[in-house]
Amino acid sequence: MAVAQAQPPVLAVEGLSVTIRTPAGPLHAVRDASFDVHRGETVCLVGESGCGKSMTSLAIMDLLPPTAKRQARRLAFAGTDLARASRAEVNALRGNRMAMIFQEPMTALNPAWTIGEQLIEVYRRHKRSSHSEARDRAIDLLAKVGIASPAERLGQYPHQLSGGLRQRVMIAMALMCGPDLIIADEPTTALDVTIQAQILRLLKSLQREFGIALLLITHDLGVVARIADRVHVMYAGAIVESATTKELFAHPCHPYTRGLLSCLPRSGVIESGTRLGTIPGVVPSLIGGIEGCAFRSRCQHARAGCAEALPVRFPSTTHRYVCVEDFSATAKLGEAMA
Amino acid sequence: MSDAVILPVETVVPRTGSATARMVASPSVVGGFILVGAVVAIALLAPLLAPHDPYAQDLTRRLVPPIWHEKGIWSNPLGTDNLGRDYLSRLLYGARISLLIGLAVMLISGLIGTTLGLVAGYFGGRTDLVISFIITARLAMPVVLVALAVVAVIGGSLPVVILTLGLLKWDRFAVVMRSATQQVRSLDYVTAAEAAGASRLRVLLGEILPNVFPHLIVVATVEAGSAILLEAALSFLGLGVQPPLPSWGLMIAEAKNFMFFSFWLIAIPGTALALLVLGINLLGDGLRDVFAPEGRA
Repeated sequence: MAVAQAQPPVLAVEGLSVTIRTPAGPLHAVRDASFDVHRGETVCLVGESGCGKSMTSLAIMDLLPPTAKRQARRLAFAGTDLARASRAEVNALRGNRMAMIFQEPMTALNPAWTIGEQLIEVYRRHKRSSHSEARDRAIDLLAKVGIASPAERLGQYPHQLSGGLRQRVMIAMALMCGPDLIIADEPTTALDVTIQAQILRLLKSLQREFGIALLLITHDLGVVARIADRVHVMYAGAIVESATTKELFAHPCHPYTRGLLSCLPRSGVIESGTRLGTIPGVVPSLIGGIEGCAFRSRCQHARAGCAEALPVRFPSTTHRYVCVEDFSATAKLGEAMA
Repeated sequence: MSDAVILPVETVVPRTGSATARMVASPSVVGGFILVGAVVAIALLAPLLAPHDPYAQDLTRRLVPPIWHEKGIWSNPLGTDNLGRDYLSRLLYGARISLLIGLAVMLISGLIGTTLGLVAGYFGGRTDLVISFIITARLAMPVVLVALAVVAVIGGSLPVVILTLGLLKWDRFAVVMRSATQQVRSLDYVTAAEAAGASRLRVLLGEILPNVFPHLIVVATVEAGSAILLEAALSFLGLGVQPPLPSWGLMIAEAKNFMFFSFWLIAIPGTALALLVLGINLLGDGLRDVFAPEGRA
């Protein structure tokens, strides 16, 4: 990882906020999120439903619904300032140098066109290539993502493929133009468990082969453990803890992260027969501002200082979390208690 | 029989087969195609098929009954009207007027309505607000009354009728296309296309239009049928196509004074109208089923 860090990041997000207009007032879906994604690196955004992780990915791709507003101190992709780029400039990047894989492979392909037409169109739009060249590339990539007899598949419609195959097609489509960054929003959630494992393995191996930066959005800590290099834990629109995967699983610091990990059955860590942990309470409303820590209503360590500005703590150079309580020293202890 | 037993899977195939195969398998497409095809053929071949000049009057042979009547004569198989014009020839030439009106009104109103509907549904927000207001304003106008007023002021003629109806009848296209577009635009593949760098125009025409096309076909056929009927109604009221043009609606209008003694004068063009509109609607219904992407999903 040290080598990758030396280069400038492919994607640099600093102070990203997304606000959605609602009848009840502005909803702060993402609050001041900052992270980098480097070449050849897999970064996971993890959190429960509604924590703003999908909004973050849509904000980067400029795909937010019209009621949502994006603000960022810096939103840079491979030297382009996305915050200031025109629609045409963004369109030239999207699908070309940054691609997206969606959660629902059953609906993310247009039922009116064949697989081949959709793959070839993306490539020809960005590369101005001939039809046959684009077709050859589509066949190559379909074979690469593990689809048998790719030439025949090109002529098929999405409904003729299974969910796992469609997700492979989506991955092939994301790879068509040789992107620097792939954003995958819950790419395995809609698939059954065996297919999930295959798709994750495929993503990992393709990433290694092409040196792509991968930003993976997931709620599944199992997926994180399997694929991520670095993890950002989101809660109520804000990143509460960032760490390398190893650090996060070994020394979780933020009470929310610890709560999440205690919900996860892990062999060797959680004894059989004991109950899995739960986090009491519900996510606070994101309408209106949140002062201090958003997790304090559910936190067993909550105290008066939680409602004020929070200190950022750095247990190591690659590990940061936001909490009034200092868990850095007791991280190992906390792990043992969990 | 035995083949069907051995290969029961074959019976499922038409659903996924080629569009042509599914069209041939659909009774409404075949039925509609035969009816509309027959009228189109008649309209195109009218000069060859018609036994007489549709405008030639012969006052010595007025109100001759059709051939199945005991007083019928072979030189005028469907009889003659009150001016002694051959009814069959007028019926054949009348098909041209009806088809021309149906097609032209469908194209003009379809273009206006589809554009408005797609734009309103896709862009939403303020654009949608403005277009919805225009649609509502249009819906508040009674088509027949406005058409009557316009035609009465400008004067009835074929181009005026086509333009008036074309500029009035886009409301259903706009309403249906708007809601269909709203449904489709929120689907993942539209977002996926935007994520793949497609321009807005490209998304509208390449991603959304093909998926709302089945709805478009149905509205287009219904509107073509309704335009044909409206023209007939306008002509019947004397404000549509003007005599001596052989429009089916005009033929009914001219026959109304004789309907108690010469019933066929109304029944023949009336039946022709009904069959044509039925054929168009059958065809539209069947084509929607054949092309529906949902059917393939």
